[in-house]
Amino acid sequence: MAGLVFLVILAVIFQARSGGVFLNTVNLQGILGLLPEVALVAMGVTLLMICGEFDLSVGSVFALTPMSMAVLLEAGWPFLAAITVGLFVAMTVGLVNGVLTVKFSIPSFITTLGMLFVARSMTVVISGGFPPLLPLNVIPKWLFVTYVGPGDMFRVSFIWFLAIAIGMTLLLSRTNFGNWVRATGGFLPAAKSMGIPTKRVKIACFMICSLLAGFAGTLQVMRLGAPLPSIGEGLELQAVAAAVIGGTALTGGIGTILGGIIGATLIRVIDNGLVLSQVDANWFKMALGALTVFAVILNAWLRKKAKSIKVETEK
Amino acid sequence: MSSNPIIQVKNLHKWYSGVHALKGVTLDLRRNETVGLVGDNGAGKSTLINLLSGMQLPTEGEIFFEGKKVCFNGPADAMEAGIETIYQYNSMVPTMSIARNMFIGREPMIYSIGGIGILDSKKMAIESVQAIADVDLHLRSPDALVGELSGGQRQGVAIARAMHFKSKVMILDEPTNHLAVKETQKVLGFIKSLKKLGIPGIFISHNIHHVFECCDRMIAMARGEIVLNKRVEETNMTEILDVL
Repeated sequence: MAGLVFLVILAVIFQARSGGVFLNTVNLQGILGLLPEVALVAMGVTLLMICGEFDLSVGSVFALTPMSMAVLLEAGWPFLAAITVGLFVAMTVGLVNGVLTVKFSIPSFITTLGMLFVARSMTVVISGGFPPLLPLNVIPKWLFVTYVGPGDMFRVSFIWFLAIAIGMTLLLSRTNFGNWVRATGGFLPAAKSMGIPTKRVKIACFMICSLLAGFAGTLQVMRLGAPLPSIGEGLELQAVAAAVIGGTALTGGIGTILGGIIGATLIRVIDNGLVLSQVDANWFKMALGALTVFAVILNAWLRKKAKSIKVETEK
Repeated sequence: MSSNPIIQVKNLHKWYSGVHALKGVTLDLRRNETVGLVGDNGAGKSTLINLLSGMQLPTEGEIFFEGKKVCFNGPADAMEAGIETIYQYNSMVPTMSIARNMFIGREPMIYSIGGIGILDSKKMAIESVQAIADVDLHLRSPDALVGELSGGQRQGVAIARAMHFKSKVMILDEPTNHLAVKETQKVLGFIKSLKKLGIPGIFISHNIHHVFECCDRMIAMARGEIVLNKRVEETNMTEILDVL
């Protein structure tokens, strides 16, 4: 796995360049605190890409979900009801993406590109241009963003992330639904002829992807304390980059949740490491871009290598 | 031989937005009989197969399976009844392992709620090894990816899968297409072994030689109709080529 190799190499480089600051507690605390937000989005995008579809609207859903919640909180709704409605909005966006894509058999690239604009616009519209302040006293911060663990190593959001990551990994690798997702993305005609409800599988993946993006956005807003209509811009492409760096194939069928998480971690590490190494932060996108292409080349090479080794041992 | 037919098709019609693809096909498939279905492109072979395997619904006409009228709303219904179809571009996912491919859509589960549940991986591995060995196919491991197999091996795995699920009828849609000579012989061998096991089959091919080699009866289709239906002893290649 190319992603893992890069991660180790970069950690060593950044550790040296930053004079030991990179791997110290405070900095790791920073990385781990922010990681869940990108990684949750990356996980959903990874799942959907394995299923053979794309979602460009995750960045907008990332903003729309907490904004819906914040508007309701401001109107005096209790927290639980507001967050439920917010996540429900996210799932509805996924449902619409999925239904439009499979019903009219159009590329999900187009459906979700449209949704990227629609959901972003709705975020601004419902905020009325003036984002509401989160009433901090009604938000159970201890449940989402407070620091916990030995030496206050992570935020509670990290535990949510871990639990969801384990759940998603098991879903994909240990359940029949996971088998259907891989079959649908791997070779659609075969999946159909074996009687798999491929349309419903795709719609379900769209919904899970949106839900995770919405939850991630909600975590970020609770951490920041205010919902900005502009959060998550460009996140959709970062999530695709994370999935691809982690070995997910654009053509579907291939990939792992863990790969997506490693990809997301790499992105966070680069972002953070560049700053610590006192490199101009504007190099971030350059590094991300180069890494994405590099990782895919390396993954393709590794796969070929693995294949030839197998063929040799067979003789 | 004269036992009641396992599949009866009566006056089957299929229209595709203005095109009359199947014009009143009537057909019996007897038990213990491998039928060869030949015809040119667009003769209606694939349409007939799609109706029998549940991929499409007929516009008009009836299908009886084991004497009972059936209506297949999807491939899962047909598979449930016992009709397994192996397609030309094969019904395997190349990016998945043999064990996973064996059980797509019919996964054994340890525990499940509402149809979704935890896979019984151990059972999948053991049974797929057994099923593959049963068709005399020797593969490295059930965890090998189907994409790493040759075309003939893939068809072998597909046939092993059909046998494992005790299908009552097997439909093979051009299984020898794009295969090398040796591989073709292997697949023809699989088809012959079906007959020994008493599983009736429908074998579709462009290659009349292949069909003659392993079938008991020949059905030729042209322009959406059956133009010939004889036992192999009663006909020959020239006659079939003439009617096509």
